Amino acid sequence: MKKHLYPLFMALALTLAALPLFSQEDLLSLLGEEEETTDYAKASFKTSRVINLHSLENTASGVLDVKISHRFNTVQNGLYDFFGLDGANLRIGFEFGVSDRLAVGFGRSNYEKTLDSFAKYKILRQSKGKRNMPITLVAFGSVAMQTLKWANPDRDNHFSSRLYYTGQLILGRKISEGFSLQLSPTIVHRNLVATFEESNDVYALGIGTRIKLSKRMSINFEYIYVLPDQLAPQFVNSLSVGLDIETGGHVFQLHFSNSRIMVEKGFIAETTNKWEDGGIHFGFNISRVFTIVRPPLD
Amino acid sequence: MLKKCILFGLFGLFAISALNAQKYFTREGKVSFFSDAKVEKIEALNKTATSVYDAETGKMEFAVLVKAFQFEKALMQEHFNENYMETDKFPKASFKGTVSDFKAVNLAKDGVYPVKVKGQLTMHGVTKEVETEGKFTVKGGAVSATSAFIVAVADYGIEIPALVRDNIAKTVKIDISVGYQELKKGS
Repeated sequence: MKKHLYPLFMALALTLAALPLFSQEDLLSLLGEEEETTDYAKASFKTSRVINLHSLENTASGVLDVKISHRFNTVQNGLYDFFGLDGANLRIGFEFGVSDRLAVGFGRSNYEKTLDSFAKYKILRQSKGKRNMPITLVAFGSVAMQTLKWANPDRDNHFSSRLYYTGQLILGRKISEGFSLQLSPTIVHRNLVATFEESNDVYALGIGTRIKLSKRMSINFEYIYVLPDQLAPQFVNSLSVGLDIETGGHVFQLHFSNSRIMVEKGFIAETTNKWEDGGIHFGFNISRVFTIVRPPLD
Repeated sequence: MLKKCILFGLFGLFAISALNAQKYFTREGKVSFFSDAKVEKIEALNKTATSVYDAETGKMEFAVLVKAFQFEKALMQEHFNENYMETDKFPKASFKGTVSDFKAVNLAKDGVYPVKVKGQLTMHGVTKEVETEGKFTVKGGAVSATSAFIVAVADYGIEIPALVRDNIAKTVKIDISVGYQELKKGS
């Protein structure tokens, strides 16, 4: 019997010796597979604008973004008017992130003394992991109101003639760390247009892209194609190229564009200057964010 | 008969060793960091650190999903992920080390046990040897552990541009606080 026990003890001893080896390698693997989380794509664009167009990014929840934007005269007159800097269109705007999905904002431009307001809602958010979504889809709507004195006060003027509406879908993707692309099918509705030939509804397709040069700088392009036979012949498509520079809490967007109006109905449907004729405006958007509602850390 | 004996013996042994494994774990460990620079104080908290501690060998591991750090300011969080930690490239930070004086710790008995921990900290794709002090606290049978240490961000290849030199400290303090649960097989 004793002879029989010997191999048993040997086996036990070997097992004991081997046991620590099992448990030594990777302690964390003992916890098994980790629960997968949803990883949302962040910072597809540095701020909520590509240049003139809204980007697929929203102001973050609880954050106020103050935007000051200028579009100067055309650069073509050279030093005489300091490459256009002697005259500027400007807009001051405020945007607020109501939630992770919803942002609202308003602004005032000196061009036609225009007030504008918008809401922007993320229907789909690009993500991977637990929930896989290849694109971000944003619904955007804005109302702009020009507040000029009536050109002809004796006429029967309607308040509604001052209003312009824009509906837009923004469909985009952060394709790689350094490259984001978005398409913006848009409809602009004007209650009042100048001539019979112009349509009240203007359909357009915007395309915007960002190419990162470094962690804090990127080049942006934007082009808005207006479907033919909707506008008077003097109006052209808007093309802009810009440089985004991000510092701590600011984003500086410097750009050249043939558009000079900073609300949708303007840069989409009322752009008159042509790049090929030197009708280029220098401009900038400066964005400064303030955290108004701090999420609790604990 | 003999074979059966051996088999039973082995099974018995495994069963016993599983019971006595004395491993502890958490999936809800807290890791926070503080950067105290001239212009700005930055604080962030991560509540989803996973950790396993083996009381038999003194080995200890941590893994932290860097994206899960929460900041007070959304923009800080974005910059942290985009510009500094590059979390798309380096999603996890981890620590693998040993509690050097683990034998002095009796997790079955209430008390506070100061310990030294030594090991390798990996973040932003860089692994460095770190050594720090911490303590185990056992209270009413509940085991928790805390530690704090200082990390020089430049050691981990994280660049701070001159522009924000006054906003971000060169060294950040990292606080660890975990409540451990006993790791049972199948849990």
